[in-house]
Amino acid sequence: MNGETRAIDVRRLTKKFGDKIAVDHVDIAVPRGKIYGFLGPNGSGKTTTMRMICGLLTPDDGEGTCLGFDIRTQAAEIKRRIGYMTQRFSYWEDLTIRENLKFVATIYGLDRIDARVDDALASLGLTDRAAQLAGELSGGWKQRMALAACILHEPELLLLDEPTAGVDPKARREFWDEIHRLAARGITILVSTHYMDEAERCHAIIYMAYGHVVTQGSVKDVLKGAGLDTWVVKGPGLIALMHELEKEPAVATVAPFGDSLHVSGTDPAALAATVEKYRTREGYSWQKSEPSFEDVFIRYMSATADTAGRNINGR
Amino acid sequence: MAGSDRFSFRRAFAVMVKEFLQLRRDKSTLHMIVAMPILQLLLFGYALNTDPHHLPAAMLVADHGSFSRSFVAALKNSDYFDVSREAQSEEEAERLLRQGHVQFIVSVPAGFSRDLVRGDHPQILIEADATDPVATAGALGAVNGALQRVIDHELRGSLAALKQDQPPASVVLHRRYNPEGLTKFNIVPGLIAIILTMTGIMMTALAITRERERGTMENLLAMPVRPLEVMMGKIAPYVLIGYLQSFIIVAVAKFLFAVPLVGSLWLLSLALFVFIACNMAWGFTLSASAQNQTEAMQMSMMVTMPSIMLSGFLFPFAGMPLWARIIGDTMPATHFIRISRGVLLKSIDFADMWVDLWPMLAFLVFITLLAMKRYRRTLD
Repeated sequence: MNGETRAIDVRRLTKKFGDKIAVDHVDIAVPRGKIYGFLGPNGSGKTTTMRMICGLLTPDDGEGTCLGFDIRTQAAEIKRRIGYMTQRFSYWEDLTIRENLKFVATIYGLDRIDARVDDALASLGLTDRAAQLAGELSGGWKQRMALAACILHEPELLLLDEPTAGVDPKARREFWDEIHRLAARGITILVSTHYMDEAERCHAIIYMAYGHVVTQGSVKDVLKGAGLDTWVVKGPGLIALMHELEKEPAVATVAPFGDSLHVSGTDPAALAATVEKYRTREGYSWQKSEPSFEDVFIRYMSATADTAGRNINGR
Repeated sequence: MAGSDRFSFRRAFAVMVKEFLQLRRDKSTLHMIVAMPILQLLLFGYALNTDPHHLPAAMLVADHGSFSRSFVAALKNSDYFDVSREAQSEEEAERLLRQGHVQFIVSVPAGFSRDLVRGDHPQILIEADATDPVATAGALGAVNGALQRVIDHELRGSLAALKQDQPPASVVLHRRYNPEGLTKFNIVPGLIAIILTMTGIMMTALAITRERERGTMENLLAMPVRPLEVMMGKIAPYVLIGYLQSFIIVAVAKFLFAVPLVGSLWLLSLALFVFIACNMAWGFTLSASAQNQTEAMQMSMMVTMPSIMLSGFLFPFAGMPLWARIIGDTMPATHFIRISRGVLLKSIDFADMWVDLWPMLAFLVFITLLAMKRYRRTLD
């Protein structure tokens, strides 16, 4: 449509709340038909960015298009073509599932409402629960219902804000299978998450921290782009060892993973030299490893925390 | 596609259906809608009792002639007064009235019987505690009635000639503490306005802030629905509720309190529609600036208060100072009270009603525009 190949194309997007800059000159480009993961710590500006993209918030600065429509002036056109699933369940808890879906279908001006609602209920396995009040559903079922309501009007773009927070692993798996089915139908999806395994199921990820986009690209590129070397160490008294390692200049991050520590650094030679110092210690086993997603993000998080911390102190 | 942002009745209707469904499951609000007018009417009902009985009175009789004795007996027999005390002195009578033991003092002056027979037109004095004007309104009639019966009964034979010219004796009423009384029928027509203002503004204000508080507003804003559609859909159920409440009030007034309804109920319905819409739109405007239901509640109380105080419901409008009348004139309740009193009691026609209808229409247009401006289509 409109010959536009990018579902989302925004530049220098900025939003302030009072003195606080929630989103600071953010550029995001999401091609059509892809699943993009939106990552970053709480308060990093993911939700605010999503709200600006779908016209719920007016940007203080920046410009761009969503599905080829201007996010500043054509919010009405955008709203009709996207599905936005809010972080907090935002359907009417005192309406039944069917009543909720019928309301949404009518607002979007759909035809064959009953048939569409029946189809949506069936495809998400909600038929038996159609007469249940939405407020009585468990977390996983609420998410299913919200997704069903979001895709009722066959949107071209889905914005999902932490859709699987607080949902059990099985429901999470099923939710992601559904997301991939939707993407296969050509729907573009931007989904925010805190789960690394979910990030790995995306075509590409955007990592935000403190209002900035820290990195974006395919999972492989992001891992490579971090330029991180990681060693895994096992042995006794790991917490004490962690405190020691944190003081080493060559070590960027140390993170405990079960019975091991992941020690990462950006300079491979310096890191290897540091590891050599500790290798001689009795009872520890050291192993070179590929950095995991987790390592990379912990690294990004601490790196941006430092610069952002300086910015805040400097004000 | 180009018309996607035009007003759609279908979407407004969808919001209305949703609102009805939610209301149906909201038992406490439903109870309030029905109970409030009935409760208020019953409470006010005893104050607007059109025919009070057994009001406590004290007699202060300084005359011991036969007329006085008959008169006291006649008063005791009437069911308007309950002659519970016989005061021995003016001071004692004064104290009984001041302290609220009695509502009336009926004084028969010394030499009453003698003066009556002589044709000197003596007077009987009633002193009434007019802090409750509804209760005192019938006192004069009741005393006059008793007096008339005594005169008819006693002035016979040669004395019958005294009945020929002016009444041989008269009754003087002193309204104490509150020299001007409100008329009793003022209350019911006014009460329609007050109940509709209280429930109308509050319910609509809550209806919107509830969406904001529960997080469903974000969802509603993300959908292609226009502010006017949301407003109309949200207001429609409450317009029906307003009619239901008015019906309850009018029915209770008519059948329980026998308030005469002389005017056209169709005219009243027309004015009701405008008035209810005013209150709803006002509540909607408030809700657009309220962050949560508590705030919405406080704001609606803030605007309801002047409507009760300055609309002429509690105090005669003409007696208020200029500034209060100016404020009162801006409020729809003031005009609606005049219309409903006019229609129900004086049977005014549309031309008479228009004087107070247009200010309500003007208010409606103004407040709707304000609501549309204040209703944020974004979360900013």
